[in-house]
Amino acid sequence: MNTKITTDLKLQSEIAYFNNVDLKLESGDIIHNFKIAFKTFGKLNSSKTNAILVCHALTGDQYVTDNNPITGREGWWSRMVGPNKPIDTDKFFVICSNVLGGCAGSTGPKELQNESDVTYGVNFPSITIKDMVKAQSLLIESLKIDKLFSVIGGSMGAMQALQWSIDFPDKILNIIHIAGALKHSAQNIAFHEVGRQAIMSDPIWKNGNYFENNEVPERGLSVARMIAHITYLSEDAMHRKFGRKLQSRDIISFGFDADFQVESYLRYQGKSFVERFDANSYLYLTRAMDYFDHDETFRKNVEFSHNPNNHLKYLIVSFTSDWLFPTIESKMIVNQLNSLSRKVSFLEIDTDKGHDSFLLEEPQLDNVIKGFLTNNFSKIDE
Amino acid sequence: MNKINSIRKDWSLIETLITQDRKILDIGCGDGGLMEQLENNRNAITHGIELNRSLAANAIARGFNVVHGNAELDLSQYSNNSFDYVILSQTLQAMMKPKDILSELLRIGSKAIVSFPNFGHWKIRLQLLISGKMPVTESLPYTWYDTPNIHFFTIKDFLNLCNEMNIVIEKSIGLTSKGKQFDISESVTGVNFFTHEAIFLLSYKNFEPIKIKSSKKVFAKNSVIAN
Repeated sequence: MNTKITTDLKLQSEIAYFNNVDLKLESGDIIHNFKIAFKTFGKLNSSKTNAILVCHALTGDQYVTDNNPITGREGWWSRMVGPNKPIDTDKFFVICSNVLGGCAGSTGPKELQNESDVTYGVNFPSITIKDMVKAQSLLIESLKIDKLFSVIGGSMGAMQALQWSIDFPDKILNIIHIAGALKHSAQNIAFHEVGRQAIMSDPIWKNGNYFENNEVPERGLSVARMIAHITYLSEDAMHRKFGRKLQSRDIISFGFDADFQVESYLRYQGKSFVERFDANSYLYLTRAMDYFDHDETFRKNVEFSHNPNNHLKYLIVSFTSDWLFPTIESKMIVNQLNSLSRKVSFLEIDTDKGHDSFLLEEPQLDNVIKGFLTNNFSKIDE
Repeated sequence: MNKINSIRKDWSLIETLITQDRKILDIGCGDGGLMEQLENNRNAITHGIELNRSLAANAIARGFNVVHGNAELDLSQYSNNSFDYVILSQTLQAMMKPKDILSELLRIGSKAIVSFPNFGHWKIRLQLLISGKMPVTESLPYTWYDTPNIHFFTIKDFLNLCNEMNIVIEKSIGLTSKGKQFDISESVTGVNFFTHEAIFLLSYKNFEPIKIKSSKKVFAKNSVIAN
């Protein structure tokens, strides 16, 4: 394998090309040569002990902070990552990569198949969270970092962080696992399936070949996003934000226009999503989440891992109003780690903002992340 | 003696009961004050449980291994004998089922350290006797209707319970309301009358590690190699 890192000016992102390599996937399929788009923030210290990998959620990307050139807006976790922010880039070297199968520059269904002018589309092999993490580990290797101080993520990012602790416990010191679970629940798979069906039943999807005519299955993808967005909120948050408020004054149309504010909000969410996200990529990534399941295996993995993982610290965070990844799911991880007396911390944050709380203003989350990183870093730095 | 001083005094006495390099579970660990003390002075590996959300958040932010949870519901997740010491400081009287908690402490830990305010102290007896109202003191500062302390007991009660549960009292320290320290087991008369707060180091009766001899090594409990 040889690796080459270049800067893509249009994407304003680094791209790591992995050539002469067969990336063997969990499914048994092989990707010949691949690329991972990533961004870094802050400076790696001379002893290379301050590297943090931030893993993005389902529709995130490598633009964790600063400007995102695709949307023209701030990165998805700007409030968390940056100078003097909880994940302090004055102190830490933060790496964020677009997952394998994503659509912001990494190899995925939107990209060309290796050394050809044919887009993958649905010929892209099925991928899993384990595969994403395997690709990330090769990226970290190519950056010549032996050990990450921390792997941090929420939702699908939490799945990746947990996968890191299972597959590469000797390459990390701690994980911060926010709003995640050992497995994707039946209810969550069900919501994903509705989203996928919305995309696949859009006539423009054309068995995944919509890109041939430069088209986008906008209706399907935006409906998928609208459904998903509901699951990221909570009833209380929706009520607080919208209630039954009408969009235009006090007039109801007695028709099917977006009378209510909540309707026009969802329509806006759907519409803006199709401008930045690839429909096929959405199918692949939701599938990867569905396949995530460590329910039966996690405890054994931690207990009998050949790698010494006694040093590993786990910070598990959940939110009271998160019904997509409820606290009980986080507690299952905590229980299993405690039964093996591992170094685990757990906090359930009281908020009405639902699953999306980790992306929003939550001072307690900020304090805990900042303190956990700073104090544990000073312990290794002594 | 105010509340803070009383807790610090409690902690420093707890510290004297703990040997170097031990694994400790602190139940009701607050923001990790005792954990910090034991890590610094005893090189301990510490874990904690705290019910109060913001205290738990502070402890985690200070870098301690703390689980936000309820000891009465969450202790079952810990394995048998997985800690050297389990500490329950000043909270047994606030537990729904103190007896169950006590047996849980000694299931999880080889030894347990329990401290509590003595309801048999003369000031408390006097208050109830004279005023006829539920006593309110420095160590039990709440009125009856908003107190978290739901099971009041005296040293005598505690000793009886330990006896009933086959629990051995390895060490016991009493504190008078002036902060004077003494050995409870040695001063028999008036102990229950003068002890303001009590700290006990507990273990189970006849608990000896099972040793399996092989040709070269002797294996003890939890497959720790003894020699």
